[in-house]
Amino acid sequence: MRCVRLLQVLFVLLALGAALPARAADDSTFSSALAGLAADGFAEKIAAAERLAGTGDARALAVLRAMESGALFVRKSDGAVLIGAVTGREAALTDPLTGADAGTSPTRDLTKITVNNALRSALAGLAARLDLTSPDPARRLAAAQAAASDPSPEAVALLKGALARETDAGVKAALSAAVARSALASPDAAERLQAVADLSGTLSAEVRFLVAPLANDPDPAVRQAVKDLTASIERRETAVAVTLNLFQGVSLGSVLLLAAVGLAITFGVMGVINMAHGEMIMLGAYTTFVVQEAFRAWLPPSVFGLYLILAIPAAFLVAGAVGVALERGVIRFLYGRPLETMLATWGISLALQQVVRSLFGATNKEVANPVWMTGAWEAVPGLVLTWNRIAIVIFALAVLAAVAASLRYTSFGLRMRAVTQNRPMAACMGIKTGWVDALTFGLGSGIAGVAGVALSQVGNVSPNLGQTYIVDSFMVVVFGGVGSLWGVLAGAMSLGVVNKVLEPYAGAMLGKILVLVFIILFIQKRPRGLFALKGRAAEA
Amino acid sequence: MHDKAEGSILYLDGVSVSFDGFRALNNLSLILQKGELRTIIGPNGAGKTTMMDVITGKTKPDHGDVLFDGQVDLRKLDETRIANLGIGRKFQKPTVFEHLTVFENLELALKGERGVWKTLFFTLPSADRDRIEATITRIGLTGKGAMRAGALSHGQKQWLEIGMLLMQEPAVMLLDEPVAGMTDHETEQTADLILDINRDRSVVVVEHDMEFVRRLGAKVTVLAEGSVLAEGSLDVVQNDQRVIEVYLGR
Amino acid sequence: MGPITSRLMALESRRGWPVFLALTAVAAVLIPVLHVAVPATSLFHVPDYMLSLLGKYLCYALLALAMDLVWGYAGALSLGHGAFFSLGGYCMGMYLMRQIGGRGVYGNAELPDFMVFLNWKELPWYWWGFDNPVFAMIMIAAVPGVLAFVIGWFAFRSRITGVYFSIITQAMTYALMLAFFRNEMGFGGNNGLTDFKDILGHPMQAQGTRVGLYVASALLLAVAYLLCRFIVTSKLGRVLMAIRDAESRVRFLGYDVTAAKLFVFTVSAILAGVAGALYVPQVGIINPSEFSPANSIEVAIWVAVGGRGTLVGAIIGAFAVNGAKTWLTGAMPEVWLFALGGLFIVVTLFMPKGLLGLAGQIRTRIREGAPVARKHNA
Repeated sequence: MRCVRLLQVLFVLLALGAALPARAADDSTFSSALAGLAADGFAEKIAAAERLAGTGDARALAVLRAMESGALFVRKSDGAVLIGAVTGREAALTDPLTGADAGTSPTRDLTKITVNNALRSALAGLAARLDLTSPDPARRLAAAQAAASDPSPEAVALLKGALARETDAGVKAALSAAVARSALASPDAAERLQAVADLSGTLSAEVRFLVAPLANDPDPAVRQAVKDLTASIERRETAVAVTLNLFQGVSLGSVLLLAAVGLAITFGVMGVINMAHGEMIMLGAYTTFVVQEAFRAWLPPSVFGLYLILAIPAAFLVAGAVGVALERGVIRFLYGRPLETMLATWGISLALQQVVRSLFGATNKEVANPVWMTGAWEAVPGLVLTWNRIAIVIFALAVLAAVAASLRYTSFGLRMRAVTQNRPMAACMGIKTGWVDALTFGLGSGIAGVAGVALSQVGNVSPNLGQTYIVDSFMVVVFGGVGSLWGVLAGAMSLGVVNKVLEPYAGAMLGKILVLVFIILFIQKRPRGLFALKGRAAEA
Repeated sequence: MHDKAEGSILYLDGVSVSFDGFRALNNLSLILQKGELRTIIGPNGAGKTTMMDVITGKTKPDHGDVLFDGQVDLRKLDETRIANLGIGRKFQKPTVFEHLTVFENLELALKGERGVWKTLFFTLPSADRDRIEATITRIGLTGKGAMRAGALSHGQKQWLEIGMLLMQEPAVMLLDEPVAGMTDHETEQTADLILDINRDRSVVVVEHDMEFVRRLGAKVTVLAEGSVLAEGSLDVVQNDQRVIEVYLGR
Repeated sequence: MGPITSRLMALESRRGWPVFLALTAVAAVLIPVLHVAVPATSLFHVPDYMLSLLGKYLCYALLALAMDLVWGYAGALSLGHGAFFSLGGYCMGMYLMRQIGGRGVYGNAELPDFMVFLNWKELPWYWWGFDNPVFAMIMIAAVPGVLAFVIGWFAFRSRITGVYFSIITQAMTYALMLAFFRNEMGFGGNNGLTDFKDILGHPMQAQGTRVGLYVASALLLAVAYLLCRFIVTSKLGRVLMAIRDAESRVRFLGYDVTAAKLFVFTVSAILAGVAGALYVPQVGIINPSEFSPANSIEVAIWVAVGGRGTLVGAIIGAFAVNGAKTWLTGAMPEVWLFALGGLFIVVTLFMPKGLLGLAGQIRTRIREGAPVARKHNA
């Protein structure tokens, strides 16, 4: 037996190398099972295939796959089972034991090992199970999940073996679920109980589905364990749902925060009701669009993702410049006449909308998310947070921090506070109050523009963009307390969260209406908002 | 209920007010007798205006009692009710209705029904018309009845506001710096007017002008840091060491 | 002559009464006659579209009058008047829907078409009674009136003034708009109420009906004007102006500022509701976009253009701005928003007293031969 001798040589060589763990399997079992595949009866073939798969040997996978696709042959000359790739009348042969090239042979010298449907599906199942030994964790996971969906008793030993070897946490969980699932069907109550206990490590919807049939288990201990497990899964699902809802609320709150921070400066600090504030946001969003188009037109696609970074200062400058122009051109003539300011800025907002409509058209513009902002992060199983929402939350807080710092620590911030608190005194000290007004208004507008960059990432960019946010952002400022950045933060977040918490019960629109009613009632108790100034300063 | 409050028109006891940690009034106590004229002096921030705010219901005290006529608890009432009880107030900055005429300003102040329906169907009886004309003369604005109040000089606005208080016929009149921005001659006239008013009702005057205070010749209360520092005739308080310290600094 | 009679006589000056009566006669008698009796070929004929346009303007003028009462006199810039107008309009629309009866597309005598479409089985309770014209008329006044009373009570009681009041009323308008867009609300959702057939038994399209609606608008505007005059010339009117100038001072005089503002805000909302109710049958539709906050702000600019604090100014402003709108949106639609935006700016910056104030300045200038000083803080 040349074949056996060859194998013995190879065995020694491989044992010395001993690189692949699969090689630990007994080669003789493997080769006898391999030979069994050439048996006449399909039942024998299935038995042999199962023995082959039972070795858990990685080499078996190639054999089973080849057999499934009709590429396994018996060489008439020596009865060796070989894998062949047929081209024309020639077949290129591979030795399944060594993986070595076994030359070519005319097809007439080979007998194809025939398969029928029953055999084919058995082979597919065995092959899938064998994927458990694949070095690729993704394939192992797929195999484990496939096995979990219908683990046969024979597969359990295999799964247990794989579980012992497994290092990847995700695959491990899938494997133990598969093992436990078969154990759940065990006639032994103790084993079922143990299986339920094993599963309690993974509180997923699948586990809940898995143990559901055991709710009527004859054994009371098992029933109780299933009940507890189901309850804790439900608690976890509720927790995930609440967390997700809160996150959506915080995310909406961040959008409101971005929209309102600029207002906290123009309205809160300067007392100017700027009805064109929403249009500053809109200008920021359109600036983002223009920067994006410029990147598309003139720069290589590899740097496209950076357009958003550049859009932030661009939007700040565009909206800020428009803000300064407005303050110098219109608003400064209306100080002390808030209602007129409101009407004049409303007029400006109409004109700005029409300008943008004439330049860009009335339809929505598409602003793409850069690659790093697409996709989602699964914080824990079932809790999927999209990156663009996460980015906006972080960005909103960063903008708030930057504004707070610039008001508190820069000399411009100092001048600004001086002018708003005591204008004549500030003027006496040589502060150019007119310019401070203009720059303050520019700052508020610029921040609105930056908000527009962020909002272009989560919504439509259209000339009406600003109108969507204006009522909400005024509500935030009124609710939070005029003139307080902390108030704006608290106001935006609580309105965002309340809105989203109400939404499942009341629907989006009714949720909004309830929030508005709530604010109207809230103002009864705290007419000057959450973080109100008291005393003389509030009388102005 | 409050023995000490008996016979008083205004009774403040242990009143404290604070804004954001700043104590504007600190355990302030003050009693004004019926028919009394009182002047109140004190440096800036002593709590003079806040005291008036507390009496007229604009500010609610954190602690302490505020009684009118020895029995009415003013802490529970709003500005409107307090005004209708008979407490009139003139503001530090003269506040008249600039778009209305002098006559209309006085007509609004005229004691009488204040309800919405009553005012909607109100017609001015000729007796009241005569009273308004008389008041216009009394406050030195003869012939200016049809003039818009916004067109008056600063001193004239002060007088108009005092005239409005007269029309209200209050039991107590609180005057916050009534002679600010007036010429010496006008100040003298105002002092005479106030002394004249005091014959029918109690008056509290807050003022910085010492000449004016001396001319009124009434009991003086010195406020500092939200409480009463000294009380007595002008000569007595002017020689009080603590008062001198407060005014001259330490 | 009793005191009330003399009050009524004093609503207008000796020169004002003839002008008022003449204008009322032109609007309520002459124009309908020119429409009906003068042949279409004549230069003096008032064509169909002109009559319906003028009818619309009369409703707008009534709305502007209502706005001026609260803003011009009491100083409270309500951005909720578009909502009161629409609510009045919806009440009228509900009555008109019920008049359709079985003539709708689905032929359901009880339910309006959109309810049949939504598979509703019975009329919601808040539609009950709207088949009765008297009930509908009461609701036209009551719905905006009660809403204004409630909102005003909350707002004025907690001393919400100035821009805060504007923001709150704007939020109210916005919330109502969102609500009326919902199909579940039972007011026809997006499409609103339309396809009316007849009013008080008269077919909507008939000439007689349209002339009748026009004349009713003109007469109601005249009556509303006199009512507003009655309020602003009363002592209450002076209290309101005093509130506008120095609200807290009025409190120290012993007036109940909350009650006075509440009264005028409610009356004004009712007038706005009546204006909406007259408007709907003349344009044939009411839908949620009428609630749009932009509409309410536009009313403010009508008043500002004419001159706030003068009732005549509000009426003039409504006609002037809407006339310009009709002409511009027809001739150069893309320019209209620029023009409107510019109008807001020009009026607030250069014409704080509106057209009437400008006329007054010019008169003074001619009389005194002196240049007009531009005053920013008048």
